Amino acid sequence: MSNGTSNTASNATRLAPPLAAARTYPEQKPSDVYLFGTCVLDLFFPDAGMDAIRLLEREGIRVHFPQGQSCCGQPAYTSGYTDDAREVARAQLALFARDWPVVVPSGSCAGMFRHHYPELFAGEPDTLKQVDALSARTYELAEFLLEVCKIRLEDRGAPVKVALHTSCSARREMGTHVHGRALLAQLEQVERVDHDHESECCGFGGTFSVRMPDIAGAMVRDKTAALKGSGAAEVVSADCGCLLNINGAFEKQYERLRGEHLASFLLRRSGGKADGGQS
Amino acid sequence: MNAPAIPMTFKCRAHDAVHDAQLRRNFRGAMDFLMAKRAAQFPDGDELERLRSFGNAVRARALSKLPELLERLETNLTRNGVKVHWAETVDEANAIVHDIVRAHEARQVIKGKSMVSEEMEMNHYLEGHGVDCLESDMGEFIVQLGNEKPSHIIMPAIHLNAGQVASLFHDKLEVDYTEDVDRLIQIGRETLRRKFYEADIGVSGVNFAVAETGSLLLVENEGNGRMSTTVPPVHIAVTGIEKVVENLRDVVPLLSLLTRSATGQPITTYVNVISGPRKAEELDGPQEVHLVLLDNGRSQAFADSELRQTLNCIRCGACMNHCPVYTRIGGHAYGTVYPGPIGKIITPHMLGLEATKDLPSASSLCGACGEVCPVKIPIPAILRRLREENVRAPDDEPRHMRGQGSKYSRAEGLAWKGWRLLNTSPRLYRLFNLAATRLSALTPPKLGPWTEHHSAPKAAPRSLHELAREHLGED
Ligand code: SF4
Repeated sequence: MSNGTSNTASNATRLAPPLAAARTYPEQKPSDVYLFGTCVLDLFFPDAGMDAIRLLEREGIRVHFPQGQSCCGQPAYTSGYTDDAREVARAQLALFARDWPVVVPSGSCAGMFRHHYPELFAGEPDTLKQVDALSARTYELAEFLLEVCKIRLEDRGAPVKVALHTSCSARREMGTHVHGRALLAQLEQVERVDHDHESECCGFGGTFSVRMPDIAGAMVRDKTAALKGSGAAEVVSADCGCLLNINGAFEKQYERLRGEHLASFLLRRSGGKADGGQS
Repeated sequence: MNAPAIPMTFKCRAHDAVHDAQLRRNFRGAMDFLMAKRAAQFPDGDELERLRSFGNAVRARALSKLPELLERLETNLTRNGVKVHWAETVDEANAIVHDIVRAHEARQVIKGKSMVSEEMEMNHYLEGHGVDCLESDMGEFIVQLGNEKPSHIIMPAIHLNAGQVASLFHDKLEVDYTEDVDRLIQIGRETLRRKFYEADIGVSGVNFAVAETGSLLLVENEGNGRMSTTVPPVHIAVTGIEKVVENLRDVVPLLSLLTRSATGQPITTYVNVISGPRKAEELDGPQEVHLVLLDNGRSQAFADSELRQTLNCIRCGACMNHCPVYTRIGGHAYGTVYPGPIGKIITPHMLGLEATKDLPSASSLCGACGEVCPVKIPIPAILRRLREENVRAPDDEPRHMRGQGSKYSRAEGLAWKGWRLLNTSPRLYRLFNLAATRLSALTPPKLGPWTEHHSAPKAAPRSLHELAREHLGED
């Protein structure tokens, strides 16, 4: 089962129909792209960012990483501090001015660029034009590798069972769960296994996990239990917020399992050098 | 003056709920069942999307001419012989009901399922005036027997399993203990059946109020709705002002969305269309029909184009069935009549943000609710908006909501200003990252609530900014 549009696991979960169908992709692979690294990845999963860069470079693409970039603004936005979020967003806008695609190794930050920036600047017609253009050329990493680069991955690793956790934004805002699945399906020795309530949130939700620790804690405990129970030897996700949440919980539970960023996993399996991701 | 300690109590209730293993099992099982039932009704994703868009358009159109439709509804209901009453608050609504009760010297009221009557706390109110108000929906009956409140808008007793209901019936109805669900329902029905004939007044809710024909639509599965609205000599329907739709044609997609989303049924066992009291040549039906139209904060939502979408709701309950938070804490922990995602976005208009300020935060914004909502209410976006209203300065203009600024904190506002400065000043950001990565070893092992369930996150030795600079050069 690799098309990702249905879920036969008997876990009463469902996957949204792929939104990706609504998006058209450029025919040509571009020569240059921007990488927006995201603030969580920057500090906690920098190797995953480097692996994303290497994957893109291996596809013959020049990667630009504007050093002035920081955060997409999402933490303030979802906390209701809209003005602060808008100013942080504005600071990013200026850095991605060329018409190269912006590739984001995180579904939720990609969703912020793509869907919420236009909301943030709805009241500024001049800026909105720029924002709409940015939104139109923003891609989540897995989506970009598959649909724009048309990547072909050759598996060099040993047989392994892998569970894929997709973030809620990746799935519901970006529709990129299908891309993560399709990329894993290219790896011959990798068997992707379903886990219980796969489409349910891991409980991160940015400040939610700090504001409502009891509820968020119950959610992440169920998620880690489902991942453990799936029989997977490795856990992969393309969202650093979820990874921070899931790995932090695994560590607290003295579990050996850790989630790895999809970029690191793909690069490692396909013979590129990966710095890790098991941090 | 400090606001009442509701924020604490929400967290306390949530804390207790997540640690109640029986409750967690009951909800997980029930929600999984309801999700599967709904999914089976919508095998074709494209059809579902088309229908949802249609449903959304129908609701949006109705709301866009709400005042006009309400007037038409009143005119046509009046023409059909239904007495229409308007209530701005729940107190007014209760007073209206009480007047009718008094005029008929009624002692016994029997009620079909109605969330608006829960909003009014009608049972409690009437009891205080010496009138017995009995619930005739099986779930509501169970909840009333146990002196509880509904925990779900469609399945009021979903927090209980068969064993718990068996004990309740055994204690309160003095029947033999049995966990046989069919037998339990039988027992409940026998008890209720007698009451239908004793009742002076029947009360019901309304699913759709049709302006063009002056009809009230009521869906149900047990027949208790039909009994409550036809057997007693007087029928009082209570509903929110948003329930009006333009014509019967509009009901078709909404009805299909409602029953399939709610219980996974293609259609309910009963669909009642009530268009007035018994006519001279008719053999049955009530002699008097009243409709009480309640505002209770809905006008506040109506006045704002984003918040207005809250009123699209057709009360199917799918958002709670799919909500990971609701599944973990159940309906009672919310402490509000409407629990779950819809409760979080509608209750602030009913009670004010000051009494509900923790509700918008009790969400990871995962989007499951918005994904399944049959009328496409963007629940996560509205939750975010309510967070914004929560943290705005209380005297900020223009004002959109009662209780604006209930979570306003100068300190938190300043912290976000600091965050903004950090993330808009590349040099500061670089310095911060340098400190965070180099001093990572100093991360304290305990970081507030985070480390209750996680180990403390440790920054990597070098940030992506540094690694990328080395690899790609300054850009
Ligand atoms: S908000 Fe949507 S999903 Fe929730 S009860 Fe209302 S109609 Fe149903």
